[in-house]
Amino acid sequence: MTEYNGYVTDETIEGAEDGPLAGKTVAVKDNISTEGVRTTCGSAMLSDYVPPYDATVVERLKDAGATIPGKTNMDEFGMGTTTETSAFGPVENPIAEGRVPGGSSGGSAAVVAAGDADLALGSDTGGSIRCPAAFCGVVGIKPTYGLVSRYGLVAYANSLEQIGPIAPTVEDAAELLDIIAGPDEHDATTQEAPEADGSYAAAADGDVDGLSIGVPTELLDGADEEVVETFWDAMADLEAQGASYHEVDLPSVEHAVEAYYVIAMSEASSNLARFDGVRYGQSGGYDGNWNESFANAREEGFGEEVKRRVLLGTYALSAGYHDKYYKKAQDARAWVKQDFDEALDDADVLASPTMPVPPMKRGESLDDPLTMYLADANTTPVNLANLPAISVPAGETDDGLPVGLQLVGPAFGEREIIRAGSALA
Amino acid sequence: MSDPAVDPEEVRHVADLARVDLADDEIERFTEQFGDILDAFEALDDVPETEREADLSNVMRPDETRESLSQDEALQNASDTEEGQFKGPKVS
Repeated sequence: MTEYNGYVTDETIEGAEDGPLAGKTVAVKDNISTEGVRTTCGSAMLSDYVPPYDATVVERLKDAGATIPGKTNMDEFGMGTTTETSAFGPVENPIAEGRVPGGSSGGSAAVVAAGDADLALGSDTGGSIRCPAAFCGVVGIKPTYGLVSRYGLVAYANSLEQIGPIAPTVEDAAELLDIIAGPDEHDATTQEAPEADGSYAAAADGDVDGLSIGVPTELLDGADEEVVETFWDAMADLEAQGASYHEVDLPSVEHAVEAYYVIAMSEASSNLARFDGVRYGQSGGYDGNWNESFANAREEGFGEEVKRRVLLGTYALSAGYHDKYYKKAQDARAWVKQDFDEALDDADVLASPTMPVPPMKRGESLDDPLTMYLADANTTPVNLANLPAISVPAGETDDGLPVGLQLVGPAFGEREIIRAGSALA
Repeated sequence: MSDPAVDPEEVRHVADLARVDLADDEIERFTEQFGDILDAFEALDDVPETEREADLSNVMRPDETRESLSQDEALQNASDTEEGQFKGPKVS
């Protein structure tokens, strides 16, 4: 176990003897199924749940020779921006004392930042890989929707989420992406990426000469001053290496975070309906009728943030409100996608701060869910648009708090964002 | 648009639909928080109707039997089973 509470379970899973990841440890977020090793999703509901099969990404890690040192702590079912909602206690930021590690893949980013694992897998529904990568000073990639199999990932909001790598450097993250990417017959939403030259790792050559970067002004408005300064310093670094930038307008992103939460909560209310304590999960007992028993299991098994999202999602989908919330959120999603596609016609990649704020102090977000949701303003639009994005360390604030820079690419343009990011880390 | 004004009764009703028991203090807290959050969601009223891309296609596989979990594996995480089946609460 680690003093910053990075792992829920630290059971070692050995991979094949040979392979590109032989000798490397890859920690796995605890919402990704591991055969025979409990997978809790950071929830009391699943505290004893042991999957009978491996997620496709876990099979691929094992085939590649990786050793899995444990299952990493996370916000319950991926619902959080700070990794403080886990039933197994909060994760501390190993490189910024008193601060949160970001979430929801906070354990995965923390074990990599602390050097307790070489690499890690996280999942990103609205920023859950990029946010903790930014807050812990490491690299995280959210792949294009459909590049990486979600088979064996316990669903929170399936239309938005992707599994992706977290690593100390862009090249290491790209190497891990090479292992996990590619179609899977068990996940019909996966697809073959269009043909391209070389591996993802080979794209990490740091060559940004001639690269055109668009900077969406909306994603800088309202961000913390020191975060913005650090961002521009990193942009100047890229410019000095031959890249150029221009400002772009993405009016739709002003509505992205609201649209994200309506869609994610709606999908969550449906996905989490399966946890009734009968096939798996905490039992609600056998007295009374089945509705009471299920409601009892869910009262005891779910934490407050999960209940909040399941209830708000149920509300948004209920008769009389569906058109007002869910339908409008889908319009916003289509609009965001259009905006990004247009901006990427005139730029190779788009750049912004990953998070508009430095890592928050521990405990300060728990009583104010709305403020926590709004911190996801820069990451959620990318999930709505199904695009790939990377977060790379951009520098630090005056107080030494890590700041991440996010690069967004066109669909299946992972090589572009890896190349651009590798010029910084 | 008018304030959505969620009241405790509405929170209780939604919790009932979602099959989640709530303690009284949770209902009180959620009532206040839902008011703020739904207020923020009001911003979606300004979103124009937007054409959704229609370039999606169904992915089908041949309808053939293939390996699946054994009955024991499927039952291994259930809190109670009887004669190879899940045991649930009474359906009244």
